[in-house]
Amino acid sequence: MRRPWRLPNIGDAIFGAGVAAAGLSLVGLLALIVYELVRKSNESITKLGFGFLTSTAWDPVHDKFGAAPAIYGTLFSSAIGLVLAVPIGIGAAVYLSEIAPGWVRTPVSFLVEMLAAIPSVVYGLWALFVMVPWIMSTVEPTLGDHLSFIPLFNGPPFGIGFLAAGLVLAIMILPIIAAISRDAILAVPVAQREAMYALGGTKWEVISRGVLPYCRSGLVGAAMLALGRALGETIAVTMVIGKGYFITGSLFKPGASAASTLASEFPEAGPALYKSALIELALILMAITLLVNVLARLLVWRFARAPSLIRE
Amino acid sequence: MTAATTSIAGNRRALVHRRRKVTNTIALGLCSVAAFAAAGVLLLILSYIVARGASAISWGFFVHLPRPAGESGGGVKNAIVGSLIVVGLASAIAIPAGVAVGIFVSEYAGSTIASVVRFTADVLTGVPSIVVGIFIYGLVVVRMGHFSAFAGGCALAVIMVPIVARASEEMLKLVPQSQREAALALGITRWRTIISVVLPAARRGLTTGALLAVARASGETAPLLFTILGNQFMTTSLDKPIDALPLRIYQYASGPYPDQQAQAWAAAFVLVLVVFIINLLARLVLARPGGKSS
Repeated sequence: MRRPWRLPNIGDAIFGAGVAAAGLSLVGLLALIVYELVRKSNESITKLGFGFLTSTAWDPVHDKFGAAPAIYGTLFSSAIGLVLAVPIGIGAAVYLSEIAPGWVRTPVSFLVEMLAAIPSVVYGLWALFVMVPWIMSTVEPTLGDHLSFIPLFNGPPFGIGFLAAGLVLAIMILPIIAAISRDAILAVPVAQREAMYALGGTKWEVISRGVLPYCRSGLVGAAMLALGRALGETIAVTMVIGKGYFITGSLFKPGASAASTLASEFPEAGPALYKSALIELALILMAITLLVNVLARLLVWRFARAPSLIRE
Repeated sequence: MTAATTSIAGNRRALVHRRRKVTNTIALGLCSVAAFAAAGVLLLILSYIVARGASAISWGFFVHLPRPAGESGGGVKNAIVGSLIVVGLASAIAIPAGVAVGIFVSEYAGSTIASVVRFTADVLTGVPSIVVGIFIYGLVVVRMGHFSAFAGGCALAVIMVPIVARASEEMLKLVPQSQREAALALGITRWRTIISVVLPAARRGLTTGALLAVARASGETAPLLFTILGNQFMTTSLDKPIDALPLRIYQYASGPYPDQQAQAWAAAFVLVLVVFIINLLARLVLARPGGKSS
């Protein structure tokens, strides 16, 4: 039955309009961020054009700017972080959800979640004063002595550089991967495990063939959310990546990421093309991060929906 | 089938069985190692922060202003006060705004608009914090003509709003529909129902969401670099450059002076302690009996 139309209560109208304004201004905020960045980087986009993406030059004095090394540095350091953190993170998630007894699960889960709460400047501090000296004195010489025929492990041991940036990123994204993967694994229906046990599977066979493939998209989503975090991570990376604006295949060389270039150069940049080029770099960084995040959300959402279809 | 082939088949089966058991043990063992490695890294980092931070902490650390570089002593009073002001301002903007967004999505919006706003909030959470700093620099700092605590508060608010909004929405959805209906059936208007029935029922969840956002904002450095700039002196003005704890850690750690580096560790110790306490509070609030909605 339809309600007869009447004037809405005045309080209702105001309150409803107020929260609607808040909700829609959130959408407006995102649009405003994109608009501001595009507007401020307009000068750089028109003057430098597509060459900005491919050029490796960075010479503010002669107004030559190229984003390629920064974008490469962002992708390279994040890739190192991901390669190190994904196996450990998913392994930890499997342990916490399938193997650990209750009295271990709670404190270890808690510790891993607390890792996510530590501010990135604190990670940077620790990495700079504890991890970097260790890399310089132990890790890089050892790798260099035995594996220098692989280009990744070539070069003098500086300590700071891509290896340090990748390692600190790995530590920072580990809790994200572990926590989201654990939730994905816990969402797998028990029937999935029981069916595999009924076939005579060992515990590992149940996990690797019955559980993990079932929540595959959740695990990929976890890794991609972590990647999104790693791509945009600024302070910790800036503190340990050093300064080197070139494309290198060596883990031992110092480098730069898009975020670290912004953090260290934006305050000094003059108002002209230099600043505009940096803002375009910020725009590119945001575009890459958003792409990764949107894909990740879609994957995580899909996995969140999948089980209910099967349970019914 | 002869006896010989049976025993070969039996042997093979035994081999396969053993291989499966060995694989099982190794794989499960590696997973356990991964979990303890992850927890171990945290303990390692924490032990450094406690050992180096606690030894550098003194009463003067909290009540003195920074001394010129190279001189020993001094404290970070200005940074502590600055952090409180900037995070306080950000919370004053972001918590009401975020809760309002949560109310809109959970109580008012149709499903299409709700998912658009929800998706926007998720996307905003993913915007790199340095980009937020640059955005506020252009929007606030350039327009005002100078760096200020106000700009820093805006930058942190941009980071907090989507977190508060998503958490509030989830928590409001946990309030049973019957409670809203009971209030509406008494002839109470919709907005009074939300204010007096729905929000109180979800208050613990809302508090948790707000606390987590505050914890996140307290540790942010990147958005503050180009907004509050940092300040050696004591100020409580919203209109002037101001200092913040994370920023001071960053500046001291990047410098060559051992005294400042020691203070960076002390500041990191204080910051981690604060962030952990806020996180624990957030959990305790939610974990109390009847914590969700009763």
